[in-house]
Amino acid sequence: MDIIVCVKQTYDLQQVRIRKETRQPVFENVPLTLGNIDKNALEEAVRIREKAGGKITVVSVGPETLEDTIKEALAMGADEAILVTAPKLDSIESALSAALLAKAIGQAGPFDLILLGEGSTDNYSGQVGPRLAELLDLPQVTFAKSLHIEGRTLRAVRSLEDYLEDVEVDLPVLVTVVSEINEPRIPAITQILKAGRKPKKVLSPEDLEIPIGKFGLQAETISNLAPLQNRKGILFKEGAKNIPALVKALEEEGLLRR
Amino acid sequence: MPCLLVFSEQDRCAFELLQKAIELGKKMNLEVAAAALNGSQGEKFRHRGCARVYTSSQELLQPFDAFVYAQALSQIAAASQATVILIGSTRSGKELAGRLAQMLGAGCLTDCQSLEYEKEGLVATRNAFGGATVAAQKLTTRLQIYALMPYLCEPAAPGKAEGEVVQVSLDLKPSRIKKLKKTPKDLGAVDIEGAEVLVCVGKGLAKPEDVKIAEDLASALSGFVACTKPLATDLKWLPESRIIGLSGKKGKPKLAVCAGISGQVQFAVGIREAKTIVAVNTDPNAYIFQMADYGLIGDLYQILPQLTAALK
Repeated sequence: MDIIVCVKQTYDLQQVRIRKETRQPVFENVPLTLGNIDKNALEEAVRIREKAGGKITVVSVGPETLEDTIKEALAMGADEAILVTAPKLDSIESALSAALLAKAIGQAGPFDLILLGEGSTDNYSGQVGPRLAELLDLPQVTFAKSLHIEGRTLRAVRSLEDYLEDVEVDLPVLVTVVSEINEPRIPAITQILKAGRKPKKVLSPEDLEIPIGKFGLQAETISNLAPLQNRKGILFKEGAKNIPALVKALEEEGLLRR
Repeated sequence: MPCLLVFSEQDRCAFELLQKAIELGKKMNLEVAAAALNGSQGEKFRHRGCARVYTSSQELLQPFDAFVYAQALSQIAAASQATVILIGSTRSGKELAGRLAQMLGAGCLTDCQSLEYEKEGLVATRNAFGGATVAAQKLTTRLQIYALMPYLCEPAAPGKAEGEVVQVSLDLKPSRIKKLKKTPKDLGAVDIEGAEVLVCVGKGLAKPEDVKIAEDLASALSGFVACTKPLATDLKWLPESRIIGLSGKKGKPKLAVCAGISGQVQFAVGIREAKTIVAVNTDPNAYIFQMADYGLIGDLYQILPQLTAALK
C-alpha cells in the first residue's frame, strides 16, 4: 500500500495573539508546525501501513522553513518527503497549492491512496482535496471518520452535518479525514532522531514547470483583522447571588419569553 | 445574458442563496438562475423570483455525489452564462465547490459569512487563522464561486413571478464511489444553526449525566443544548450534531449561555454571531468573559440550576 499524505505548514495558532490597538494577529516568535487535521491524516496512513505494509510519502508545499517542519511528519512515521519550496510559497491560494501538489505527487511514482485533512488549520477552506482529486482524475471521499481497506477496496464512513454515510470505492482514491478519525501519536525521541536521516526531495516550482509568478492569482485580501467585539462586558462577580440581576437584564433586553 | 447561478443540495439553504442572489443581482444588473437537481426542488423554485430554473431528472443525479454534481453544474454554468455561482457551504457544498472550481478554472471562497456588492466588486468575509481573524476577500477571476454559510439571510419566499423551467440534458460520467447507507447522527437532531436560544457546555461539566443541568436550563429558555467539540467527539456526552465551532456548526442565536467553556477560538467562531452572550465560568480570567455581554463568575453546578429555577 503506497500512500501519499499531503500536509501544510502553519503557525501554531494556539500561540497567535491579537494586537489590541490594531486588531492584527502577531506572528513573531510563534513556532511553525503541521496542521492539526494533517496529523490525523498522517496517523491514519501509519495505521494502514502497520497492517498492510508499503510506503508513506509526505508531500508539502511552502517556504524554506518547511524543510525543518517536515521532520515532525517523518518522526510520526512517514518514510520519505517530497517538498516544493520557495520563499513566495507562504500562504498561497488553494488552486496553486493543488497544482504544485499534483506535480509533486507525479514525482512520487505510483500510489494507492492520497490522504489529507478536511481543511487546513489556518485557512480551513477545504478546497485543496477536491481540487487535487480533479487534477489527478481521482474519486474523492471527503470528511472520512473511519477507513477500512480490504484488497483493492476502500470503505469509509463519512461524517456529514447530520448523518453518517458509508461509501465504497476502488483504489486509487483521494480521501480527506476529519479529526475524529484517530488520535495522532506523539513521536518517540528515537523517531525524532531518525527523522533527520529519512530521504527528502526538495524541489522548486520551476522544477515542476509551474512558474509561480505566472500562475494567475484568484483572490485578493482587502483586510484581515480580528473581529470587532461589541459586547457589553458586564461582569457579575458574586456567582449565584447575581442571578436576579442577570435575569432582570435579560428580561429588559426582551430575551426571555414569559 | 450573464447571470448569478445558485445551488444547494438542501432546500432551505438553496432559498437563502436565492434571496442573496436576487439582492446582488439587482445591484449588479445580473439575472438570477437556479440549478434544482435534487428531485422535487425544481417546482419549489419556480415562484421564488429567479428568471430560470435548470432541472434534470437524470438518474445519475440521485443521490448527491460531488463529482457528478460538479459536472452538472459546470455544464449548467456554461448554458446559463453564469459569472457568479453561489453554493451552500455545507460539507457536501464545500466538496462540490472545490471540485467545480477546479473543473471550471474558477476562483472560489468557502465558508463565507457575508457577501456584498461594493465599489470594488463582490466582497466576501470568512474566518482566517483558525478564526482568530476575519478576512475580507474578493475573487479576481472571470468566473467566481462563493460557498455561503447556511442562515446567512432569510430564504426567498414563494409568491413571486413564475420563472422559466429549463430541462437540461447533461453529459455525465458516473461516480466511482458507491454509496452504501446513510445513518442519522442524532435521532433527536435539532436545528442548532437556526435556534434562537442555545445553552452551550464544555469541559467544565464533570459527568455525562450533568448534561441534564444544561438541558433543564435550555428547556426553561425554550432553546437547545450545544457543546464544544471535545464534549462530543472525545467524551461522547452529546451527539456530534450539537458541536459549535470552527469545524462544527455556527450558531446565530438571540441568546447564548456558555457554561464551563474557556472560550478558545475554535469554539468562539461558532458563537460570536450570537446577539447576546452570557458566560458562566469559575475562572475570572477565562477568555469567554471577554466575548460575553454578561459574565457570571461562579460554579455552573450552582448557577445553572438556580438560573433555571429563577426563570420558572
